[in-house]
Amino acid sequence: MADMDRDDLLSLYRQMLLIRRFEEKSAEMYALAKIAGFLHLYIGEEAVAVGAIAALRPDDYAISAYRDHGYCLARGSDPGKVMAELFGKATGLCQGKGGSMHLVDLPNRFMGGYAIVGGHIPLATGLAFATKYQKQDLVTVCFFGEGAVPSGQAHEAFNLAALWKLPVIFICENNRYGMGTPVHRAVALYENVAEAARSYGIMAERVDGMDVLAVRALMRTVVDQVRAGHGPFFIEAMTYRFMGHSMADPSHGHYRSKDEVEEHRKRDPLVLLKQQILDQALCAEADFKPLEQEVGEIVAAAVKFADESPFPEPSALHRDVMVED
Amino acid sequence: MLLSYREALNQAMREEMRRDPRIFLIGEEVGYYQGAFKVTKGFVEEFGPQRVVDTPITEAGFTGLAIGAAMAGLQPIVELMTMNFGIVALDQIVNNAAKIRYMSGGQLSVPIVIRGPGSAAHQLGAQHSQSLEAWFCHVPGLKVVAPSTPRDAKGLLKSAIRDQNPVIFIEAQLLYGTKGEVTEGEYTIPLGQAEVKRAGADVTVVAYSKMLLVALEAADQLSREGLDVEVIDPRTLKPLDLDTIVTSVKKTGRLVIVEEGWRFCGLGAQIADSIYTAAFDYLDGPIVRVTGEEVPMPYSRPLEDAAIPDVPRVVAAVKSVCGAA
Repeated sequence: MADMDRDDLLSLYRQMLLIRRFEEKSAEMYALAKIAGFLHLYIGEEAVAVGAIAALRPDDYAISAYRDHGYCLARGSDPGKVMAELFGKATGLCQGKGGSMHLVDLPNRFMGGYAIVGGHIPLATGLAFATKYQKQDLVTVCFFGEGAVPSGQAHEAFNLAALWKLPVIFICENNRYGMGTPVHRAVALYENVAEAARSYGIMAERVDGMDVLAVRALMRTVVDQVRAGHGPFFIEAMTYRFMGHSMADPSHGHYRSKDEVEEHRKRDPLVLLKQQILDQALCAEADFKPLEQEVGEIVAAAVKFADESPFPEPSALHRDVMVED
Repeated sequence: MLLSYREALNQAMREEMRRDPRIFLIGEEVGYYQGAFKVTKGFVEEFGPQRVVDTPITEAGFTGLAIGAAMAGLQPIVELMTMNFGIVALDQIVNNAAKIRYMSGGQLSVPIVIRGPGSAAHQLGAQHSQSLEAWFCHVPGLKVVAPSTPRDAKGLLKSAIRDQNPVIFIEAQLLYGTKGEVTEGEYTIPLGQAEVKRAGADVTVVAYSKMLLVALEAADQLSREGLDVEVIDPRTLKPLDLDTIVTSVKKTGRLVIVEEGWRFCGLGAQIADSIYTAAFDYLDGPIVRVTGEEVPMPYSRPLEDAAIPDVPRVVAAVKSVCGAA
């Protein structure tokens, strides 16, 4: 807690709060049929995206799987454009072509959400390969769930990253379930999924993924090391998703108990950080009110923007299939 | 100058890599081994291992890596030891390379060439003898090229490398040693342009890659029997230059399509559909297709020969469409 700075901590809290309120609003919009298709909420896991991305430079690359709203917002994407993308509107980040699972924000170096489990992990090694090839001192951060760890593409990517000392940080968000399958029924070394990376000679560490300060502190060390050319790193962030796998799945379902979810909710990353701030007497309960107010207004404005935006013109259908000469 | 198909490909890549440092070559045995089929002979000596990257046998991993590198501004050439191994990388090719531009609303592009030999050689068995071009042609977002001559191979590969889209560039093991006249100095052949390889008035034969040589031999034989065959090589399979084929069919009124791939849902079915739609009134009879047999490729030589279109079968097809059988 050496670097406790009031504005810094409130900024982290505000980012997590923005993701939380954005996701809650997305669920509402899904219930109103403003959002369709698959919608995977990041509620409960906010500390991982915010803590990890806080340790990056704006020109570093980030890439993720399909539960991607949180990374995108943490990278600085306009919440209005993100919500408009979920609405399938022409003003969305990807002009309505991507949707919830395929957000991309190139100016903010968010290189996409990908929906084939494990399939984006080789892409991350490619981004890192390119920065190394071009002698840029950039790192690439690749987020995925523990459900992707046993996939063949993950292992191929770990091997290539280690073999060629690529500047990539693999962040495994271990939220204990790949959809409804608990980690102990999916990963042979379920008590320590980082062994998958260690077996290729990749250094790895586990972190409390509910503690944004712990995530950021570890990431700062790791980013320095990876940026200095010491090869890839694997972080296993222990986290938990408070909602269902997607909106098609109730928050606990048959595969986990309500009690279990409630137990994890006691370590809600927002509550945890707030308590840390209050414990240090850096500010009072009342100081959080304006943040709620501000974030509430941002999310309301995002919905308004998305709602009032036009759907893509029919002429957009065939645009951007190919790069035209 | 007389060059082999292999030398023509080598020259194309060498010239492009000298021109643009963003271009790198990656694949199994492309470097110190000099290429499984010696297409990249001398490359690692000239460009070094940073730009001529030997990989482990992990097609999904290194193809995905190359796609990621392309997203970050490089221009990768992926050599698949054979196109059959593209099946292992199909998730990367279909779900990432082909879709990333569209899903991102035009923010990202994937300027990549994925090249290697397709189709049967001699007795390589069922897993190494496939003609998969129809698979790739089916996917929006990909271009597919399959040159038949050294001149085309060089000019088209240079265009493919410069193209900002993902291009699947299908060579053929049995073509690597074939020789042909290649223009001296710098030239390119645009993608999407067919070529009339032999002018004729009585019947049009469309054939590409190895089958072009079969079609030309059949045409020679038929000319001695008084049939004047026009042979068209589409060269680029997608986008297909339909105009050149339509122009020819309007002249001859008859069309035979030759392909080595399987009949059902083969490329010839698409070409036939396009011609029926664009030039039905000009046809004097049904389009005839000569295709590979609907079997996994057998090892035994007589069975393999029976599975692949040959000169007698093309001759018979042309005669039947001309009512001369």
